[in-house]
Amino acid sequence: MKSLEELHAIRKKMQGRVGVRAENENQIRVVVGMATCGIASGARPVLTALSDAVQEQNLSDKINVTQTGCIGLCQYEPIVEVIEPGREKVTYVKMTPEKALEVLRIHLIGGQVVAKYTLSAAQGNRTD
Amino acid sequence: MMPEIALNILDIAENSVRAEASLIEITVSAQLQEDTLTVVIADNGCGMTREEKESVLDPFYTTRTTRKVGLGVPFFKQAAESTGGSFRIDSEKGKGTAVTAVFGLSHIDRMPLGDISASVYTLIAFHEEIDFRYTYICGEKSFSLDTREMRAMLGEGISFSEPEVSAFIKEYLEENKRETDGGADFI
Repeated sequence: MKSLEELHAIRKKMQGRVGVRAENENQIRVVVGMATCGIASGARPVLTALSDAVQEQNLSDKINVTQTGCIGLCQYEPIVEVIEPGREKVTYVKMTPEKALEVLRIHLIGGQVVAKYTLSAAQGNRTD
Repeated sequence: MMPEIALNILDIAENSVRAEASLIEITVSAQLQEDTLTVVIADNGCGMTREEKESVLDPFYTTRTTRKVGLGVPFFKQAAESTGGSFRIDSEKGKGTAVTAVFGLSHIDRMPLGDISASVYTLIAFHEEIDFRYTYICGEKSFSLDTREMRAMLGEGISFSEPEVSAFIKEYLEENKRETDGGADFI
């Protein structure tokens, strides 16, 4: 069995380099819908894929991944909203871990909105 | 419906978060001899009145304003009862709520437990302001993870979202689950 004692070692290792991670105003906020509708549609792996990738690529200072409840667009879940200071909010719909990582690479890092996955693209393609 | 019980657990625990709980206790217990899989999600949040408690079983009741249905609790109840199991909610206004679902372990209609470690990790990592106590039991064996104990070990100022810490939490949950149930495929 793994023991919590390992946290002591982590604490020692991290001493001195722990600064309070300020939520600075230039940070990009990435919000994943995690209500019943989101969870049932596959939001959990989308959320973990995004937060793992942000951690692995040391982007935590620039990108803040959080979760929220239902935003009322249940049929489009899993939904990922990107809120960037000074820019209009972008709503990505029917996300998968793979699509979410594409959004991370092209939009969050590269600065280009991935138009094909947005809510407006999905609504534009509607046949009903 | 949810494809795994672990997603129901995540969903029901989010209700505890919205109920402003400061402590959420999750217990998963698989008992081969009794042929049961029991899940308990208990919180010290705002609790419910008797009327509210009855209403949450109604799929057309929700406190949300974003939509008109609330399927989380009905999904969980139906999932348990369709396996010959049982479901109950104990709640007291101002004290907290406990949701208990018992599944028939070997019942053909029981969905798999699924990635319970991922659900617990998601809860812990994205709600640092809340304490969690998670206990996983298989037969006589068990293990727990209590975020209050973790915090005491870790000291002030180190977030669970630090890569070293979140990697530890994931490994702890997965490795100890494997040692507790021996990688059992019947859960």
